Amino acid sequence: MDRLKFATVWLGGCSGCHMSFMDLDEWLFDLAQVADVVFSPVVDTKEYPEGVDVCLVEGAVANEDNLEMILQVRRRTKVLVAFGDCAITGNVTAMRNPLGKPELVLERAYLDPSNLRPRIPQEAGIIPALLPRVLPIQEVVPMDHYLPGCPPPAARIKAFLQELIAGRTPQLNGCNISFG
Amino acid sequence: MAAKVFTIDGQQITATEGQTVLDAAQDAGIAIPTLCHLDGVMDVGACRLCLVEIAGLNKLVPACVTKVTDGMVVTTNSERLQRYRRMIVELLFTERNHICAVCVSNGHCELQSLAMTLGMDHVRYDYTFPKCAVDPTHRLFGIDHNRCVLCGRCVRVCWYIEGAGTKNFSGRGTQSRIVSDLNAPWGNSRTCTSCGKCVQACPTGALFSKGAAVAEMEKDRGKLEYIVTAREKKQWIV
Repeated sequence: MDRLKFATVWLGGCSGCHMSFMDLDEWLFDLAQVADVVFSPVVDTKEYPEGVDVCLVEGAVANEDNLEMILQVRRRTKVLVAFGDCAITGNVTAMRNPLGKPELVLERAYLDPSNLRPRIPQEAGIIPALLPRVLPIQEVVPMDHYLPGCPPPAARIKAFLQELIAGRTPQLNGCNISFG
Repeated sequence: MAAKVFTIDGQQITATEGQTVLDAAQDAGIAIPTLCHLDGVMDVGACRLCLVEIAGLNKLVPACVTKVTDGMVVTTNSERLQRYRRMIVELLFTERNHICAVCVSNGHCELQSLAMTLGMDHVRYDYTFPKCAVDPTHRLFGIDHNRCVLCGRCVRVCWYIEGAGTKNFSGRGTQSRIVSDLNAPWGNSRTCTSCGKCVQACPTGALFSKGAAVAEMEKDRGKLEYIVTAREKKQWIV
């Protein structure tokens, strides 16, 4: 069998889902037996490659970089998995949405709580502009699977990936689809 | 009291006169999902999660306010009902800002566990992200409207168990909110007895005890059962 081209992507999230992925500990060796990690925050590839088989996407779509990235990832990936609550619901990343447009959010984050030279960071080409509102990933591109949890526990990730690697359609149920 | 014999999911069941479909089903060990129902408090059929099919009837009826009749044939878990229930829960999630990860009731929430039971691994509708207030003015408790599902359990315990009549609904549709008195800050309420029954009755983290951090708010329904049993059966549960 061809080795699986496996990737993980980190959008608007806290990286907790990736931490949980690292909690797979020695099972990562088993994964490495059957899959090549071709793109991930933990590997040093700069560009998302073509023809990826499976990709876990952590985080919501919060800024222009996230948006560009997820569109590219969707085009280049066969099986796309919404990885964790931020990707699926917007979760903590989307807590800014009720505040309104990005200017108001930035004011709330950088000006309101600051008393020493308050300033909104604006570096064109370096800091990506915020989208009008944070979007759960399935509002932007169609997803193939959902792996909820904040973060999804390692055992849940393992149960999910084992099914996928075995060529079956993962059917999470019971406590394995709990949010939070 | 005449017994009623009826069929529920192909199983013959005997119910007592005046018993609801939900009550009789629960007695027979058949689980029907509920949210606005709370043992000991009158039912209003608000959440529509306990909708069931009755043979010969075109519309679906809420099991919690439908009395059993002789020969009734009830279906509690058809494919259509499962579809509608999941839809209802998804819409509840889009209507407010339910963020399980940072909620006081994470892990002890009826909405969260309903979503799990009904197989909701994502929401197919756009979230509305409404701007909702938090009222922390009460000395002991707080209300976070971001997490409220408007089940009305707090209103019913306040009026019918405590008899204080502090909690009520205001507004219509998406503007509906639970209020204290005539929309006063809860801490200024002259009718609230600070009994805390509303907090214990709340299925989510909308009503909480102050000082509870993420996942620390566990509701104690036992206190409610204690009062209701004492009142109705004159028995004091130890």
